[in-house]
Amino acid sequence: MSSPTRASHGTRFEGTRFEKGHATRESAWVKWILISLGLAFFALFLVLPLASVFYEALRRGWGVYLASITEPMALQAIKLTLIIAFIAVPLNVVFGVIAAWLIAKHDFRGKQILTTLIDLPFSVSPVIVGLMYVLVFGVNGWFGSWLVENNLKIIFAVPGIVLATVFVTFPFVARELIPLMQSQGRDEEEAAVVLGASGWQTFWYVTLPNIKWGLLYGVILCNARAMGEFGAVSVVSGKIRGQTNTMPLHVEILYNEYNFAAAFSVASLLALLAITTLIIKTWVEYRGAHAARLASGGRQE
Amino acid sequence: MAKRPKGQSFKSYSVLPGFNLTLGYTLAYLTIIVLIPVIAVVIKTTELSLAEFWQVVTAPRTVASYKLSFGASLLAAAVNSVFGLILAWVLVRYTFPGKKIVDALIDLPFALPTAVAGISLTALYARNGWIGQYLEGVLGIKVAFAPAGVLVALIFIGLPFVVRTVQPILQDIESEFEEAAASLGASRWQTFRHVLLPIITPALLTGFALSFARAVGEYGSVIFIAGNIPRVSEITPLIIITKLEQFDYVGATAVALVMLVFSFFLLLVINGLQSWAARSTGRTH
Repeated sequence: MSSPTRASHGTRFEGTRFEKGHATRESAWVKWILISLGLAFFALFLVLPLASVFYEALRRGWGVYLASITEPMALQAIKLTLIIAFIAVPLNVVFGVIAAWLIAKHDFRGKQILTTLIDLPFSVSPVIVGLMYVLVFGVNGWFGSWLVENNLKIIFAVPGIVLATVFVTFPFVARELIPLMQSQGRDEEEAAVVLGASGWQTFWYVTLPNIKWGLLYGVILCNARAMGEFGAVSVVSGKIRGQTNTMPLHVEILYNEYNFAAAFSVASLLALLAITTLIIKTWVEYRGAHAARLASGGRQE
Repeated sequence: MAKRPKGQSFKSYSVLPGFNLTLGYTLAYLTIIVLIPVIAVVIKTTELSLAEFWQVVTAPRTVASYKLSFGASLLAAAVNSVFGLILAWVLVRYTFPGKKIVDALIDLPFALPTAVAGISLTALYARNGWIGQYLEGVLGIKVAFAPAGVLVALIFIGLPFVVRTVQPILQDIESEFEEAAASLGASRWQTFRHVLLPIITPALLTGFALSFARAVGEYGSVIFIAGNIPRVSEITPLIIITKLEQFDYVGATAVALVMLVFSFFLLLVINGLQSWAARSTGRTH
């Protein structure tokens, strides 16, 4: 079995394993041309846009910056974004774990179709996601008249934003856990069950410790997307200031009002969220690889 | 890996508990969140006759938007395939200062909200922006508020897909292949072209398809930079939004159905590519 981390053994010092052998090495000028090309593209498309967010945000000084992110409408948007993520992420974590248990630990017909359906939300345009929920829950939608009679509001209200967010972040956790749990097999769980553990005990004491890094990884990505979703949320929110305005929508409103400094100030908070996400993600990858290396090393000996 | 069940039983025997519970929950959640809304699109479209449907989805303004959305997405995926391969290669094969930071930042487009990317790219490429002042001021190339802006935004959001699908495959390649090729007298380029490229092609195509699929549906980052001029720089998702704002729900749904069908098709292609990639590199997923 090839462990994904094995190749990283020689990477820390004096070149990768490929740079050591004659046969796997290019001449120095090819190497530096490729590095320059790659880094130029990287700088142009990733570093500059990120730097530009902070530059534009702080262009008018700290006073304007702080005022923009502490004015009541901005605070309201921040609060709503946190609430949405706080509801949507746990829903998809529970679903992701349950679906991964089903797919990785059981064999049944139609499993491939089910896996494809779980991936589906990744390939649906966010705008269409919003449209779908308008068709189902809007005033003229399927449940529209029933909702009006019962004085419930989903579209142009917080529940609609939650639903749209749940849809776009639907596969993140499941997608991360399914291959991980499949590669870990069922031996440990089967041993636990044979020894008399209940299903819940098996999950809690055997499966969960094995998948915790993958789970955390999925949660982080899910959260980043939940807080940053724009297209789907913009269709169902109605953009009512102070009520259904999330941070990305608030950025759009400020930008369209030519209030660029304020738009970039709120955007910079989202950029900070993205950077934090990447830092935690890198750390989780490192810990996960470390744990996998320990596990595979332990098994070989 | 356990084999798929054969014969009359729907499910093969397992000592592990929770099958009925997890199956029920998964199907219920999937139905409520995903399937009912998707079916709603199909049913809503049946309010149109076939002729009306055809008229809506082939209106000149809509057709112009397909050309832009699909054309720019293909081009962006192609650019990302070339530079994504270079970046993956550089990250796997070489060491250079700051490599770890580069590796971590590749995923920025996954983590940065699209609206933020949109306004930031617009600021960069506008006439007075860091890049735009040279492109537009010196060279006369208009990027922001023009179709080229759509391309720039789609390159940004699709960038990590190719790098992240090709990188693990490159990482796993054993040196023996290249040593054999070199000992048989192959040049470095011949080795890459005839030994390495066939190994990474399935992953490269998967990355291309993922990047393309993401780009076709993209909305947030594009609308800020595109200028949204009808028939010139108006993408298909924006056509749907425009129809919605005019309360033309049926029209919006018809265009959405066209995109949905295309997405389903792409999803199947991507699934096929992924299993090809898994088979050809012997990865058990």
